[in-house]
Amino acid sequence: MTTTTKMIGQAIKRREDPKLITGQGQFLDDVKLTGMLHAVVVRSPYAHATIKGIDASKALALPGVVAVFTGEDMSDINPLPCAWAAGKVDNNLNTPRALAVGKAMHVGDGVALVVAEDRYIARDAADLVEVDYEPLAVVVDAKKATEPGAPQLHENAPSNIVMDWECGDREKTDAAIAAAEVTVREQIVNQRLIPTPMETRGSVARYEPATGEFTVWMTSQAPHVMRLLLAAFVFGIPETSVRCISPNIGGGFGQKIFVYADMAFTMWAARKLGRPVKFVEDRAENYQSSTHGRDHITDVEIAGTRDGRITGLRIDTLANLGGYLSTIAPGIPTTLYGRITTGVYKIPAAHCRVRGVYTNTAMVDAYRGAGRPEASYLIERMVDRFAAEIGMDPAEVRRRNFIPPEDFPYSNGMGLLPYDSGNYGPALDRALQIVGYDALRAEQAEARKQGRYLGIGLSSYVEICGVAPSAWIGLPGEGWGAGLWESANVRVHLTGKVVVTTGSLPHGQGLETTFAQIVADELGVPYDDVVVEWGDTSGTPFGFGTYGSRSLAVGGTAIVKTVAKVREKAKLLAAHMLEARVEDIVWEDGKAFVKGSPDQVKTLGDIALQAAVAYSLPEGMEPSLDETTYYDPPNCTFPFGTHVAVVDIDADTGAVSLRRYVAVDDVGTVINPLIVDGQLHGGIAQGVAQALTEGAIYDDDGQLVTGSLLEYAVPKASLFPQFETDRTVTRSPVNPLGVKGAGEAGTIASAQAVMNAVIDALQPFGVKHLQMPATSERVWNAMHGGTRGARS
Amino acid sequence: MITTEFSYQKAGSVDEALRLLAAAPDSALLAGGHSLIPSMKLRVTAASALVDISGVAALKGVSRAGDTFRIGASTTHRDVAESADLRSGSPLLAEVAGVIGDPAVRNRGTIGGSLAHADPAADYPAAIIALGAQIEVAGTSGSRTIAADDFFTGTFETAVAAGEMITAVTVPAATGVAYEKFVHPASGYAVVGVAAVVTVAGGTISSLRVGVTGAGPQALRLTGLESALAGKTADDATLRSACSGLVAAGDLVGDHQASAAYRASLVDTLARRAIARAAARG
Ligand SMILES: Cc1cc2nc3c(=O)[nH]c(=O)nc-3n(C[C@H](O)[C@H](O)[C@H](O)COP(=O)(O)OP(=O)(O)OC[C@H]3O[C@@H](n4cnc5c(N)ncnc54)[C@H](O)[C@@H]3O)c2cc1C
Repeated sequence: MTTTTKMIGQAIKRREDPKLITGQGQFLDDVKLTGMLHAVVVRSPYAHATIKGIDASKALALPGVVAVFTGEDMSDINPLPCAWAAGKVDNNLNTPRALAVGKAMHVGDGVALVVAEDRYIARDAADLVEVDYEPLAVVVDAKKATEPGAPQLHENAPSNIVMDWECGDREKTDAAIAAAEVTVREQIVNQRLIPTPMETRGSVARYEPATGEFTVWMTSQAPHVMRLLLAAFVFGIPETSVRCISPNIGGGFGQKIFVYADMAFTMWAARKLGRPVKFVEDRAENYQSSTHGRDHITDVEIAGTRDGRITGLRIDTLANLGGYLSTIAPGIPTTLYGRITTGVYKIPAAHCRVRGVYTNTAMVDAYRGAGRPEASYLIERMVDRFAAEIGMDPAEVRRRNFIPPEDFPYSNGMGLLPYDSGNYGPALDRALQIVGYDALRAEQAEARKQGRYLGIGLSSYVEICGVAPSAWIGLPGEGWGAGLWESANVRVHLTGKVVVTTGSLPHGQGLETTFAQIVADELGVPYDDVVVEWGDTSGTPFGFGTYGSRSLAVGGTAIVKTVAKVREKAKLLAAHMLEARVEDIVWEDGKAFVKGSPDQVKTLGDIALQAAVAYSLPEGMEPSLDETTYYDPPNCTFPFGTHVAVVDIDADTGAVSLRRYVAVDDVGTVINPLIVDGQLHGGIAQGVAQALTEGAIYDDDGQLVTGSLLEYAVPKASLFPQFETDRTVTRSPVNPLGVKGAGEAGTIASAQAVMNAVIDALQPFGVKHLQMPATSERVWNAMHGGTRGARS
Repeated sequence: MITTEFSYQKAGSVDEALRLLAAAPDSALLAGGHSLIPSMKLRVTAASALVDISGVAALKGVSRAGDTFRIGASTTHRDVAESADLRSGSPLLAEVAGVIGDPAVRNRGTIGGSLAHADPAADYPAAIIALGAQIEVAGTSGSRTIAADDFFTGTFETAVAAGEMITAVTVPAATGVAYEKFVHPASGYAVVGVAAVVTVAGGTISSLRVGVTGAGPQALRLTGLESALAGKTADDATLRSACSGLVAAGDLVGDHQASAAYRASLVDTLARRAIARAAARG
């Protein structure tokens, strides 16, 4: 590849893939260290129980068992920290310890750790640990947990409330709703999901007694943050004594952002035993004890005029956060949900109250989209409810209420920084045009006469990417411990090869490719000359990691700014080498030449060599072409778009089949269309699955009914038609690339497109709302006048 | 997901397999391993001695003798699905085999293993019942044949006695066949599956057998429906009225994916569709 072709905008294949798809990736379970021991966790079979005693004698008698530890043994380390409380309100914090002490709070809560010479012995020994439990009353549902008489999970959390938070204008909203021509009220459940990355989670810890240093390999999307939290908060030791390494990661979807018990107990056990300790969870453990997502019960009311203007929106949400708080759990249903519940609409009065709730279930935290899918689902369902109520086409209602392009930057009154840029009409129009909206409506009318049920569903969304500027998340009291800036280092080796080190943590997003494309253009070097490195806290500057669709908008911008510094220094040095004035130096295609004399030229390699050997540098210039940037973005970015789903319903069985799926997204500037499409495709699949098949179910005893892939329905390719994707491009003014982000948009947009289509199809049956997932039985019940489908 | 400790031996013949099976107390035959190994990993099953029969050549393959087809117990789902003999002369089993799991499962899993395992949501049982298949079993004291109607005795339970093994399944030629499967979105097994074998003579149904899987605690046969439709035409109106309230929800299983009442409605719908499709071919 030559530098004359612009790399930005090219649909090149991902450079990370050949290694991964030929089995040469190095994942956590590939880490094998000399003398390494294996840990297996003894987990609570009860959802809520007092731990009265633990007898490990039989386990310890098994040859090959090295030790059995309990939570009390590990009382010299602190509970895991919660790094993002809900802002400006009291948070009744209860976080997990490395192992439970005294009480188990959910099925799968770790109560003892068996460490043995191999994994098989450890597993057998775990069955021999005898734990004396006294079962306690259980509550798994967020609404029931807040009712009088519910079991109380934590002393400091009356009625199991974690926090009671609000945003928007309560009085104005109450008044708008009271005065409205039309109001529609609904209870909307956003069911609990299990992220299900292909690779489960785990940790390997090594301790060097001579230096007191830990090295921890972890399946983490944010190793620097883990190092900080584990060192400073859990162990109370300097950050410099912990090195965290993320090897290749087999998918995260948010579940791998957080600090987990296994990181702490492998470290603790490695220090105690003087040998490396490995823990890898199996799928059942991943389902029971790694984080889940969503799980909201919301009472919502929308108000408007008969001619289709939305005048008010009132939201009251119970967010189930599980038995303890995960690392950023309270921040998700507040900052990343409540503040964007008005969506793409100009709503004059809105208010959102959110209460976080403890229940005897696995912890709930960020899962792809994190708060924004819940927000977008809510408003998009209610806009459809409103449209049906006033008998107006849902596309028309959307169009009438869109924030107009001239209103950007737009403040929605919910405590966000202003939406950066947007033009919502063209994306809607394009989506309707691709799908052939008018023809489909005609077909629908015809089909209904014949007893066939076809539904068309729209979703116009906006979301928040590039989390998160200190200007928003830090100072005004959003509760997060730090502004989420990002770092980059760019150095040019004396051969002219460029090494980029990023604080981002690619784990499926194709960042290695995208970042190299950017650097190739910005520096004018061949794409193949750019190497991207990440993942080891000892080899990369501090970074906050990859999540919240932040890596391009924040991490990518840090790279652009760093390359600019490198280029400026290279020009200075070139001027010195060419004995010209720096004002006369032109930078093009990775070369510096004197304006008007293209033969007076120095390549980046020439300049890097001179910078490295440092024989002759301008007065005061430091050797080496090596620059670093820490970039704190001024604002988030706000991608948007419209998706349209078309479904057919089998009238006999209630089975929903997705006939077509059209997605028109605006993610700002597109660096690599192939990667953006890939991110959207995967995201759409996850959102469609929430609408049609997925849902974690706990029974009343707190047993996870959907505890395996035999019961929990992750989507299969056969669920989907070929997605039809298109784009509009509205640059973000927030960053020099004009990028917005694409990692979560597909998930944020899709569930409601499908649900709106399903409910649209069921309109002849008088169905106004249906909870997700729209399983065949739920739909069948709705068609047969049953009430089973109406509530979960 | 780690099994308890077990020993492993590979049998060269049916006799050797039976001998090895008898030699250890907690022994089990290992065929494709696609039900046994997962259940051992979950520690639901704890076999301490596995006898692998995948190398016994006599247990593999499909053969035809006149109007009877014989399928060796160790024939994989894939080989059943692709058998030219079956596809032309008795396609039901081939069609059912083709919708079991995914290619990896079909490449390993076997008909003998599936029948012996008797998962109430497995696909083969519906077809075995509809075809009136015969299951050949061998034991240390000799061989016997079990009729499909007598084969499934409960959830994960069959008429195969301890120490016995399935050696083959025989089915008659039948072309008026169809299998309707309502796929479980997670497991891929049948929420309900209905297999129909129909002969139409002079425009009316002269013989009909219908097998149902997934709906109840074990696979079942719809004998009432079979006699109700005898001598009738297989038109939509007739089938609709006959296929209504076929099974009582109280006799079925229900779970978070599908309640018993919903399963009962699926039995009606799938039976109607299967019979209509089978009649059109037969
Ligand atoms: C991911 C997945 C998806 C699946 N989907 C489906 C599906 O959609 N539909 C479906 O029907 N099945 C499905 N299955 C099950 C699959 O068909 C299995 O292969 C089958 O149930 C068992 O056959 P096997 O040869 O693997 O038997 P094994 O697992 O080896 O054995 C099963 C049991 O039968 C016993 N056994 C084996 N052979 C004999 C014999 N000759 N005589 C007596 N006992 C014997 C064993 O001791 C054991 O108890 C699925 C399995 C998996 C892993």
